[in-house]
Amino acid sequence: MMTENSERRVVSVIVVNEASVLSRITNLFSGRGYNITSLTVAPIPDSKYSRLTIVTSGSVRVIEQITKQLHKLISVLRVYEHADLVEKEMALVKFPITENLSDVNTLCEAYNGKIVNVGENVVIAMVIDEPKRIDNFLAVIKRYNPKEIVRSGAVALER
Amino acid sequence: MQITGARMVIEAFIAEGVDTVFGYPGGAIMNVYDEIYKQSGFTHILNRHEQASIHAAEGYAKASGKVGVAMITSGPGFTNAVTGLADAYMDSVPLVVVSGQVPMSLIGTDGFQEIDAVGISRPCTKHNYLVTDAADLPRVLKEAFYIARSGRPGPVHVDIPKDVTAQIAEFNYDVELDLETYKPHTKGNPRQIVKVMEAIAKAKRPLFYLGGGIINAKAAYEVRDLVHKTGIPAVETLMARGVLSFDDELLISMLGMHGSYAANMAMSETDLVIGLGVRFDDRVTGKLSEFAKNADVIHVDIDPASISKLVNADFPIVGDVKNVVNEMIEQSGHINPDKYESWRETISHFDELHPLTFHEDTDRLKPQWVVKRVGELLGDSANISTDVGQHQMWAAQFYPFTRPNQWITSGGLGTMGFGFPAAIGVKTACPDKISINFTGDGSILMNVQELMTAVERKIPVINIILNNNFLGMVRQWQTLFYDKRHSQTDLSVQPDFVKLSEAFGGIGYRVTTKEEFDFALKDAVEKNIVTFIEVVVERFENVMPMVPSGGSLFNMMLLEKKETK
Repeated sequence: MMTENSERRVVSVIVVNEASVLSRITNLFSGRGYNITSLTVAPIPDSKYSRLTIVTSGSVRVIEQITKQLHKLISVLRVYEHADLVEKEMALVKFPITENLSDVNTLCEAYNGKIVNVGENVVIAMVIDEPKRIDNFLAVIKRYNPKEIVRSGAVALER
Repeated sequence: MQITGARMVIEAFIAEGVDTVFGYPGGAIMNVYDEIYKQSGFTHILNRHEQASIHAAEGYAKASGKVGVAMITSGPGFTNAVTGLADAYMDSVPLVVVSGQVPMSLIGTDGFQEIDAVGISRPCTKHNYLVTDAADLPRVLKEAFYIARSGRPGPVHVDIPKDVTAQIAEFNYDVELDLETYKPHTKGNPRQIVKVMEAIAKAKRPLFYLGGGIINAKAAYEVRDLVHKTGIPAVETLMARGVLSFDDELLISMLGMHGSYAANMAMSETDLVIGLGVRFDDRVTGKLSEFAKNADVIHVDIDPASISKLVNADFPIVGDVKNVVNEMIEQSGHINPDKYESWRETISHFDELHPLTFHEDTDRLKPQWVVKRVGELLGDSANISTDVGQHQMWAAQFYPFTRPNQWITSGGLGTMGFGFPAAIGVKTACPDKISINFTGDGSILMNVQELMTAVERKIPVINIILNNNFLGMVRQWQTLFYDKRHSQTDLSVQPDFVKLSEAFGGIGYRVTTKEEFDFALKDAVEKNIVTFIEVVVERFENVMPMVPSGGSLFNMMLLEKKETK
């Protein structure tokens, strides 16, 4: 089992939207030693449920256990372990206004983004793309001295 | 009807058919205790520590097959109960535990006796609730009982703030539950069952691996039927003792760390493991990569997460063991029991080579003799609880179990202090059976205050203390693996157990010979009040066979061979 490869997986969980349901999920991950790379959660419109998108990693056996253990929680309606999915993540980045803004804007456009706010000293840029491409973007913009970076975590839908 | 939240708890218990509640009052739960005072629908037993209340409810549940119920207050009352909740969770014991909480207005303010109870109980319960509106209580309590007993059973914790117990709302318990997110899968896949029966018919050396899930599913007699129809030998886990009767020719014995040589060798040689209600615990499997190495694995369990968690199942069946076993019985017509004759002979040979036994070669009594003797004297007429340690393993190895729910022990969590309060719960559930608690000189002191409960409520539990003046199991490991450095395990300084029992109003015996033991046990059964029988036993006796932690099942340390007289 030690030799099994760890792979990145996206798991979506539909839960009853009630107090402490998020801690049920995160407790399960920490208690059983599973990884959470990112986690997003929001209510599903016109329902009593919320949807969580969890990016995790582990061997095939571990991922299988994660989905089974999640499903075992009383508050969980459904668990999807995605194979074929559309996955997006947003990042907001704060740059000094002294940087070359047309360069920054052009880069953002390449990642489905743009400058969304301009202040006295800083501008804020937004990009939306696949998590891997967000990694690339954040590597590329290092030279423009980003002051603050925030990532949303991934959301995903099965194709 | 419009009633208070406190009254709702009482009404729900009565509607669920609860006859006994174990508990301990306190500030935040006082409104409910006030209603307990006014009602006559069930009995409340006051334990002398909240942990004991939970264990008593567990003992009650394990012996009766019903949901055990306990009630405690907030803060320290709740935290004292946590060990019990964790114990029940590990062993899948159906419980409903109601705790008081500080009033809603004080939650989050570090109020007196406030603790985030649901935050603490979350990882050690099947489900939990913090009730913030009395209008929710009927539904929550009904769900709690349903969730506790259905699927893979487990403890459910309901935390109720004090002001909610005073709040008045409509009580209607006659509602349909609508648990969209919780639908246990109880019927096994029929096609998979056909495949399983084909695999069994093809196997040369199949082996039943029976677990505690069979007891939870109330399927022991169906399993007996299946085993006999197929003629396939069986091993039991610690939690499954009593599924087959001790004198059943097809029962090999318990397997695992302290399983018999024959049971562990059978598991190592089998070509088809038929796992029913088991979970491949590390104390059972030893080194996983060597466990049943040459076998395909059938695994029937109600909990999908148990399947292929540790050992890959070639034939997984999610379902209630009782349903699945009944299906298997129906389809077992083409299996010829004669086919496994040579396999059964092989196993008999293992058993002749290294039988599960002990040597009476010291002046002091052997603890195994005590267990065997109780079996000879009381047998089927007693229910057997234990604490945790060497005495527990000897009880599991040597008691002649004849029926399910006869054996009550803390398996998964291994909770010292479990036995005495559990035996109180067992006696409450089964007043016609003698309630024996095998315990050690270490374990008994961990809930010794229950002497008071047993005396007050006239619950005649007989505690047989196998006294070796050691924390024996840890001492055994220190002897074997820590070069005899007996760190903090020597219990030479002890109370006078006879006087201790007498101080509470119970009776006590200290015995050093077989004759004294026989007299003490018979006398205790006759006197019918709570008893300590302190048996002075050989200090350095080890539990054998033993699979060292992490070792392979077939690499056992064995009892030294001696010439039998």
